[in-house]
Amino acid sequence: MTTARRLAPCVSLGLDQKLDRRSFLRNTAVGAGGLLIGFYLPSQSRLKADAVSSKLNAYVHVGSDDTVTLFIHKAEMGQGTVTSLSMLLAEELECDWKKIRTEFPGVSREYGAFQGVVGSASIRSSWTPLRQAGAAAREMLIAAGAKKLGVDPSACRAENNLVINTTSGAKLSFGSLAEDAAKVPVPANVTLKDPKQFRLIGKATKRLDTPSKVDGTATFGIDVRRPGMQYAVIARCPVFGGKVASFDASKAKAVPGVKSVVQISNGVAVLADNTWNAMEGRRALAIQWDEGPTAAMNSTLLSQMFADKIQQPGAVARKDGDAPAVLENVAIASAAKKIDATYEVPFLAHAPMEPMNCAADVRADSCEVWASTQMQTSARDAAVKITGLKPENVQLHTEFMGGGFGRRGQVDFISEAVEVSKAAGVPVKVTWSREDDLQHDMYRPASACRFSGAVDAEGWPVAITARIACPQFGGLQNGVSRNGVEGVSTMPYALANFLCDYHAVDAGIPVTYWRSVGYSQNTFFIESFLDELAALGGKDPVEVRLRMLANQPRLRAALELAADKAGWGKPLPAGRARGVSVVNNVGSFTAQIAEVSVAGGKIKVHRVVCAVDCGQVVNPAGVEQQIQSAIVFGLTAALKGGITIDRGRVQQENFHQYEVLRIEEMPVVEVHMVPSSAAPGGIGEAGTPGIAPAVTNALFAATGKRVRRLPILASDLV
Amino acid sequence: MAAVRFTLNGKPQTVDVEPAMPLLWVLRDTLGLTGTKFGCGMALCGACTVHINGQPIRSCTTRISTVAGKSVTTIEGLSPDRSHPIQQAWIAEDVPQCGYCQSGQIMTAAALLAKTPHPSDADIDEALHGNICRCGTYQAIRAAVRMAASVRTGIQQRGAK
Repeated sequence: MTTARRLAPCVSLGLDQKLDRRSFLRNTAVGAGGLLIGFYLPSQSRLKADAVSSKLNAYVHVGSDDTVTLFIHKAEMGQGTVTSLSMLLAEELECDWKKIRTEFPGVSREYGAFQGVVGSASIRSSWTPLRQAGAAAREMLIAAGAKKLGVDPSACRAENNLVINTTSGAKLSFGSLAEDAAKVPVPANVTLKDPKQFRLIGKATKRLDTPSKVDGTATFGIDVRRPGMQYAVIARCPVFGGKVASFDASKAKAVPGVKSVVQISNGVAVLADNTWNAMEGRRALAIQWDEGPTAAMNSTLLSQMFADKIQQPGAVARKDGDAPAVLENVAIASAAKKIDATYEVPFLAHAPMEPMNCAADVRADSCEVWASTQMQTSARDAAVKITGLKPENVQLHTEFMGGGFGRRGQVDFISEAVEVSKAAGVPVKVTWSREDDLQHDMYRPASACRFSGAVDAEGWPVAITARIACPQFGGLQNGVSRNGVEGVSTMPYALANFLCDYHAVDAGIPVTYWRSVGYSQNTFFIESFLDELAALGGKDPVEVRLRMLANQPRLRAALELAADKAGWGKPLPAGRARGVSVVNNVGSFTAQIAEVSVAGGKIKVHRVVCAVDCGQVVNPAGVEQQIQSAIVFGLTAALKGGITIDRGRVQQENFHQYEVLRIEEMPVVEVHMVPSSAAPGGIGEAGTPGIAPAVTNALFAATGKRVRRLPILASDLV
Repeated sequence: MAAVRFTLNGKPQTVDVEPAMPLLWVLRDTLGLTGTKFGCGMALCGACTVHINGQPIRSCTTRISTVAGKSVTTIEGLSPDRSHPIQQAWIAEDVPQCGYCQSGQIMTAAALLAKTPHPSDADIDEALHGNICRCGTYQAIRAAVRMAASVRTGIQQRGAK
């Protein structure tokens, strides 16, 4: 196809790399004309160190038709990032909010700096560069408009997709200026608005993706349909690490609609003319598995492994003062008191509502992948590895995710689909059943923590030792898995004597990130044990925290706000009690107070008050959604969750055995934001860690029983 | 294979598939109506909820052969333009997060309102008990159902004047 339309040179912000506009726009829905600015948004791991990259990964396009398109290297899994990032852009660009569109760009080597959504990092990493991009585009449009109007740019301002001559009132639309603006040199420096001037940032704003999510038109990975596509399911070894020894596909091939059966590295795939027939075909497969060494593993053995590990000192994660010596002396000193406690949590599945899936079309010289993924770059790299193609010949299409929670940061389900398409020689969509999803997840690791702690003669905590046994994930440093200890090792309290050490546990069960990562269990551990020390010293749980947070003004302020809004210390209806927790994770500061009751062996969480300081709030409606969401996620783990192992297999198959919170169990959640002009913190994971200890601490207040193991069982409270 | 005739979103539809094939996969794979979602395959999560003769049912465990002669409504057919009071309330309350379960939530809620125009909070919880949301939109769902109920009441009152 040829076009007479001239392609203006693309500009890249603050970078010397020229962007090939024609190449970039080839696979997008926007027209070729207009102004396109490419820029770089750092990933979380590079938040500080690497502000400039030679690669670009996000783009703003102002079209001749007056539309504004943000191409964003993030992905939407429900966290609302598409909306809040668009707000950052629109704030500086001064465009009409109703004209904003978003698209996910493809991943390519040329433009492909890291693309992905992990660690609640989208706003934090985009806060400055995205506003700068908007401001640069605005200045270029103003320069083009001023030239056309024959005035100095200083006589013009931008508002609502218009460049306006402030003296004469003459107006030109962004669309009419876009082509000319593309010829204006990119400003070397742009001045960002003072927060007092914000029109959008800080205002509750409706999500851009809502309309498509109420009429069935939003396309998730599982909804992708391609010409000639076959539907596949995969039989995987039920035991972790096992392999196919042999298989007989004759009965599977006789199932109506089954097209072919192919072996891939981790199992046997059945391809059919629809998903149901593929599932029926899989049922008819006869496979002999080589189950491997994990076949001997079960949950009893696992518990013993954890229990054995925490008997001996481990690798030191943090050491302040000399906690063991203080605890030794307490045993002798009469006025002080000491307490020991061991906590444990199980493996957890992510169980997003959209089961894993991926569509792939591998050809001799190209590969296309359609995926709901949190990690576009890793997904593309996985396809490159399997196909042996050059990265520029592999194209990844980012689809909406029906939940991620860390699961979609892994690319196993993408590798599989590419393998199947390559082996079968057809475009294919692999769909996981819920059973596949729960039994072949990579799990939130099980973990155990053994505490000793002491209070002084006045009842104030003076020493804590915490020994954690947890499968290693995210790498070891000096024998310590940072993710395994974070939350305990990073505990925020002023305490002269604190020791946290760590043991890796190799259980043969694959583990990975799960919403809020190590904080998901370690905040339960430390916030519960601190409550034990408060009780031991006869102190109020809020009072003891406030005192120990003297040097943590933001966390302290969040706690004071939560206590005030929850009515801490005020009377409650009979049978109800409150519990509190605080946490500082993903750059935000959160305090939660839960109100619970226990009646007839049933635990009810009535109300949760959460105060959060996440710095400058971009979209308060989004913050409220994410805190509610994170609390439900953590509450499911506290009240329901648990993956157990027998003969190396996961015992839970579907939602009847892996239960999750349902609507009638939803507490009233109130979210209060601490006003702040600090740089934004993360929000997607901020609310998850604190809910379990807030609930168990409330249960202690209600029943006098200390819950040291999740999920909470009613039998633990009698 | 056997031909099954039914009404789909108000129009006659014939499919020629295995009689045991669940309605869910007929909708999604055979007919390309992907708004109805697969979540569990065992009627445990509600993501696949559609209406059959106005009743909310789980399409993942409904054999296509049992649908013959009946009227099926999916999220695509609830309204032509997101104008159903439940859809309007979902937009006003900005309910969806990831959005994956919302087709099922909306179809269940729409059936509730059709049967119980003024649901109590207990009615809402009971009707939507079978619809899981992992993003935790339950609080917003309750608010949106209440809003849709009050909007309908308002429309009826205005219509009566």
